[in-house]
Amino acid sequence: MTVLEQPGSFRPSSPPPWQPRTDPAPLLPDAEPYRLLGTEAADELDPALLRRLYGQLVRGRRYNAQATALTRQGRLAVYPSSAGQEACQVAAALALEDRDWLFPSYRDTLAAVARGLDPVQALTLLRGDWHTGYDPRETRVAPLCTPLATQLPHAVGLAHAARLKGDEVVALAMVGDGGSSEGDFHEALNFAAVWRAPVVFLLQNNGFAISVPLSKQTAAPSFAHKAVGYGMPGRLVDGNDAPAVHRVLTEAVRRARTGGGPTLVEAITYRVEAHTNADDDKRYRSDAEVAAWRAHDPVALVERELTRRGLLDEDGIAAERQAAEELAADLRERMNREPLLDPMDLFTHVYAEQTSQLRAQAAQLRAELAAAEEAAAGAGAGTAAEHGVAGAGAGTAAEEGAR
Amino acid sequence: MTAAVGQQSATMAQALNRALRDAMAEDPAVHVLGEDVGALGGVFRITDGLAKEFGEDRCTDTPLAEAGILGSAVGMAMYGLRPVVEMQFDAFAYPALEQLVSHVAKMRNRTRGALPMPVTVRVPYGGGIGGVEHHSDSSEALYLATPGLQVVTPGTVADAYGLLRAAIASDDPVIFLEPKRLYWSKAAFSPEQPEPVPGIGTAVVRRPGSSATLITYGPSLPVCLEAAEAATAEGWDLEVIDLRSLMPLDEETVCASVRRTGRAVIVHEASGFGGPGGELAARIGERCFHYLQAPVLRVTGFDIPYPPPMLEKHHLPGVDRVLDAVARLQWESEWTEGSEGSGRGWPW
Repeated sequence: MTVLEQPGSFRPSSPPPWQPRTDPAPLLPDAEPYRLLGTEAADELDPALLRRLYGQLVRGRRYNAQATALTRQGRLAVYPSSAGQEACQVAAALALEDRDWLFPSYRDTLAAVARGLDPVQALTLLRGDWHTGYDPRETRVAPLCTPLATQLPHAVGLAHAARLKGDEVVALAMVGDGGSSEGDFHEALNFAAVWRAPVVFLLQNNGFAISVPLSKQTAAPSFAHKAVGYGMPGRLVDGNDAPAVHRVLTEAVRRARTGGGPTLVEAITYRVEAHTNADDDKRYRSDAEVAAWRAHDPVALVERELTRRGLLDEDGIAAERQAAEELAADLRERMNREPLLDPMDLFTHVYAEQTSQLRAQAAQLRAELAAAEEAAAGAGAGTAAEHGVAGAGAGTAAEEGAR
Repeated sequence: MTAAVGQQSATMAQALNRALRDAMAEDPAVHVLGEDVGALGGVFRITDGLAKEFGEDRCTDTPLAEAGILGSAVGMAMYGLRPVVEMQFDAFAYPALEQLVSHVAKMRNRTRGALPMPVTVRVPYGGGIGGVEHHSDSSEALYLATPGLQVVTPGTVADAYGLLRAAIASDDPVIFLEPKRLYWSKAAFSPEQPEPVPGIGTAVVRRPGSSATLITYGPSLPVCLEAAEAATAEGWDLEVIDLRSLMPLDEETVCASVRRTGRAVIVHEASGFGGPGGELAARIGERCFHYLQAPVLRVTGFDIPYPPPMLEKHHLPGVDRVLDAVARLQWESEWTEGSEGSGRGWPW
């Protein structure tokens, strides 16, 4: 109020100077998704890379089909297929070096397999066996993550820790369009940018979160645009163009490794199959929409390019398909074997050291198992008794033991 | 809990700070992260001086996002670090619950031991400091309902140091609940010769007694000790057990005491319904039934959202409420037994 009393002294105040912390222009994604196949730049593509991608794509497609078939045979409890998204899966695996880490979601077992993981080990969770059939530290593949986007902060923390230790390790974390709505997506991207953590976020925009389409998931111009808000570059890529996804990811990985910080890559693709074998996609989308995307098939795109350039012939195609068949047959054969699970393992890894309560519970289960075994043996003896063989008392004794 | 002459003394806050400092000096894998833990030293100053001494890479001010903090800690632990996370207040830890329940608690189990989670989550908890809404919760039951976690809470200055060192050294995740209203309690404390804490999962008898057992932890420990002193005027010689660790739970110490005294009252600030007291009472019933002279009673916070600070004194278990519970332990049964001269202990 002093100012009003001395009108002559009034000066309009101005806030301390402000400027954006970073220039947003270079962070913005391009207007169009990046593509290589079908453009002039395709001619420059390394034939060896194309062949490598192709082989993995063919095997990936077959792996998806085989895993879905295994659900029908009751050998997998559930399988969220990445059919139609093989380019993203394969490119993510090939963009990483051995020392790097992959953080897959439940739909990304193919990426882990393309990295070299044994498919049977990659599928333990979906089989109904123990969650992680592989050693994440040995394979540098984090456990498949089911709670959406919650693996993204793990990737950030791991990459941050690696950088603090002076290791040039990059973490590539996979998420979908639905997962981007989770709070952990936001927190992970923000932490990564603030810490300049060597992380690449690969967002596979496959059109649906189970049944919910993009229009109900986001109002952003694109998911890649979200990167700008965190101060990291956003990149848009045709997610069915394997060499394009591979190039964008490789550049993002290199940028991360050399201290440039994180990148958000949005790969535009399409989930051509239902969410899982338990889903009915007829309820929320048309056959025509699916057909339009099947016409832009990631496997066929690379196959056509290789054929066009004379790098692949009928024999070459047949050879790759044969290799894929062998992989599928091996997977089928091994998945048809009953896994051996020890019920006592329920208590083995809850803590480094079992609590007294868990020891008591383990003893209870052990006794139950022993009793069941004894009862089974007794039941055998009972059958013998029915046939007039001595030993009718054995069944009773076993029943006593079971109590 | 006053400092003895000629001895060093410290507040619980200082002992916690010292524990962090010693752990960081001893093991370069120990990293502290949280909100305001750097230059400010935490809102309770528990991380005071750590960023200066060890650098901001070891004691890091994070963005304000608890799921991000704990989620990052998971990744850091996957890479071999030993993160110590500070959640600023009890009720601000809730955004991190998904990371805690779905990942921190389960990672060792789901990876068949390949990825242990040596993560310490420090949570200032409980009321009695006049805090406004969301600053006084006792959320231990949430954590106890999550297999895979360890849950500990110190009730003394010496335990604050020893338990925090044990928590950080543990290869399994520990929810380290810090009783806010004891932060400024002072006691004899010598960090050069800290009292040994025999690992996580061991309760301790703070006051031996023969008439009944008060079982408590954290912020209610001083309440119970005061009640036990006051009870002597009534002729009751109360034993006080400080659980220190709610998971793993030291049932042996509890049961040994209750079998001796025949009576038990469990005291905690958390709501009674679904609270740790119910679990304890059940276990005492299962294991000590024939020794009990009276039903196990609980003195807990009411089953209400934490009240406004101007009313919290009515909510928190206090000395009078503890003594009222002790008085309801069916002492008349003893008088009819004619156990004159045997004090108020086991009548036979």
